[in-house]
Amino acid sequence: MTVFIVRRLMQSVLVVLVVSMILFAGIFAIGNPVDILLPPDATQEDREEAIQALGLDKPLLIQYGLFLANAVRGDLGTSFVHNVPSMQLILHRMNATLELALLALIFAVFIGIPLGMLSGAHPNTLLDRTLMTGSIFGFSIPNFWQGLMLIMVFSVFLRWLPSTGRGETGTILGIETSLATWDGIQHMIMPALNLSLYKISMVMRLTRASMRETLPMDFVKFARAKGLTGRRIIFVHVLKNIMLPIITVIGMELGSLIAFGVVTETIFAWPGMGKLLIDSINVLDRPVIVAWLMIVVLLFISINLLVDIIYSVLDPRIRLSDVKS
Amino acid sequence: MSESLATEHTATYHETDDTLSRQIVRGVLNSKEATFWLTVGLIILSIALLAPWIAPQDPYDLMVLDIMDSRMPPGTKNFDESLTYWLGTDGQGRDMLSAIMYGLRTSISVGVMAGVIALILGMILGLTGSYFGGWVDALIMRTVDLMLGFPTILVALILLSVLGQGVDKVIMALVAVQWANYARVVRSAALVEREKEYIEAATCLGLGHWRILFKHLLPNCLPPVIVIGTVQVAHAISAEATLSFLGLGVPITEPSLGLLIANGYQLLLSGMYWISFFPGVVLLLTIFSINIVGDRIREILNPRLLQEGEN
Repeated sequence: MTVFIVRRLMQSVLVVLVVSMILFAGIFAIGNPVDILLPPDATQEDREEAIQALGLDKPLLIQYGLFLANAVRGDLGTSFVHNVPSMQLILHRMNATLELALLALIFAVFIGIPLGMLSGAHPNTLLDRTLMTGSIFGFSIPNFWQGLMLIMVFSVFLRWLPSTGRGETGTILGIETSLATWDGIQHMIMPALNLSLYKISMVMRLTRASMRETLPMDFVKFARAKGLTGRRIIFVHVLKNIMLPIITVIGMELGSLIAFGVVTETIFAWPGMGKLLIDSINVLDRPVIVAWLMIVVLLFISINLLVDIIYSVLDPRIRLSDVKS
Repeated sequence: MSESLATEHTATYHETDDTLSRQIVRGVLNSKEATFWLTVGLIILSIALLAPWIAPQDPYDLMVLDIMDSRMPPGTKNFDESLTYWLGTDGQGRDMLSAIMYGLRTSISVGVMAGVIALILGMILGLTGSYFGGWVDALIMRTVDLMLGFPTILVALILLSVLGQGVDKVIMALVAVQWANYARVVRSAALVEREKEYIEAATCLGLGHWRILFKHLLPNCLPPVIVIGTVQVAHAISAEATLSFLGLGVPITEPSLGLLIANGYQLLLSGMYWISFFPGVVLLLTIFSINIVGDRIREILNPRLLQEGEN
């Protein structure tokens, strides 16, 4: 077990290193930030001073080394534009993104699983086919356009929900969140729905497939033979068996919800991390872009690592085959 | 039992290319739903191809645009009543119907080009990896794992922020995020095929590596590639629209559907829905029809699913 975890940990560190290198080289290639930061009438001396102050005069390799050394200490550089540590800037915005992702995840679970079970319990009926076609529809509808249509219907025509911003925030357990106020919740419904539609469709299809696999199994036949009601068999025995893989996949999707937040946050002017990335790309705020990506990469790799470890605890075959190879 | 099943599947899959395509066509036409959406998809495709001949207006020709006609609701006629704007006009007085037809051209060509290039690249890398094994395989597959570990849209976003704008840049970014899917599917199919006797026979005949790879191995790995190919093209079209919407995709001179939607975003808030609405509907129909037909092809090429679905 320990061998497995250590191996995986080393692989993860290697991936982080490789990604950081690619990122650094890539971001370095995007234009010269000095051109944007200085007024057009700046003198040559001003330019050189700025270049020196930002450390852009050093060779790329040295810059990367300094970046890495600082990054290990938790310092991912200072934003060129806001002049505050990028890490602080991002963490400050993280709350808004996480609460949105969490609500979207809740939608995906509580809408996707029941619909998928319904579909799987009545295979090849009209209901099943409608739900499955509906899920393809959910996959097909471009996320950003679906968001615009939500705004069009609920904000412009019906005037039920606000279209931009986070609304009033309150604190629950010391965390600042929109979920604490009615105004905040109203602001959250549309963005969360926008973010979750794709996941709802995915969870639906996954649940249906698991249902189809589980229903013909012996323990279901046995339960039926024992005279249990269909309701009890599905909600207690089958559900218990299909939950684990579904929850695992949903957990892995948390990372991609944060990534897709980029689109949702842009449409609904939600002040989260995603919007920060787009804004930073537009003004070439290099340290923030690099820091943002490093944080998200770390997040992704930690989630994957966690899932791997949980899996290997549940299914020893995985870690054995890995150690052998 | 399992062995006889395996040979049966092999027989249905691996006759000649012709049977495979005939099998797909027959399977799609057997389902009313798939046939309907295939027709919709083909209509959309022909509109995109024929846009310059059937569009009521050339949306790129600034001479015919009249700023007085901007932001007209659907169904309005222009000044001398020679033209009806069935889907309204945008902020520059462009006929939305024509703009959508031309936008469709950009969207579909970007999606298909990206899909085809990614397919070729992924297929070559996947086949090479599976055939040669060892460090070549390890290197390719680790890269694939790395690419697939991150969401498409995020990687494309970063690439485009480095590459800059342009149709070619968008295609490059989409290829960069999609090849890994093909490589993985081709590799796993090829790993199974490689063990079969006909490859052994070809090796014994002394045929060259490349000939075995592309003439013998490749045709037999096609079914799963066709399935993910449809989905990936739909993905590419959707991703291009998203990137263009975020302002990182195609340039304003060649507006795709995504960019048309982006242009109507601000006007939407003041109730002028048609500029964002209609391009989106067309985009959705395009992606949806590809996905429905793709889903059907997946059923056809996976006999286990088909049996389940038919009875």
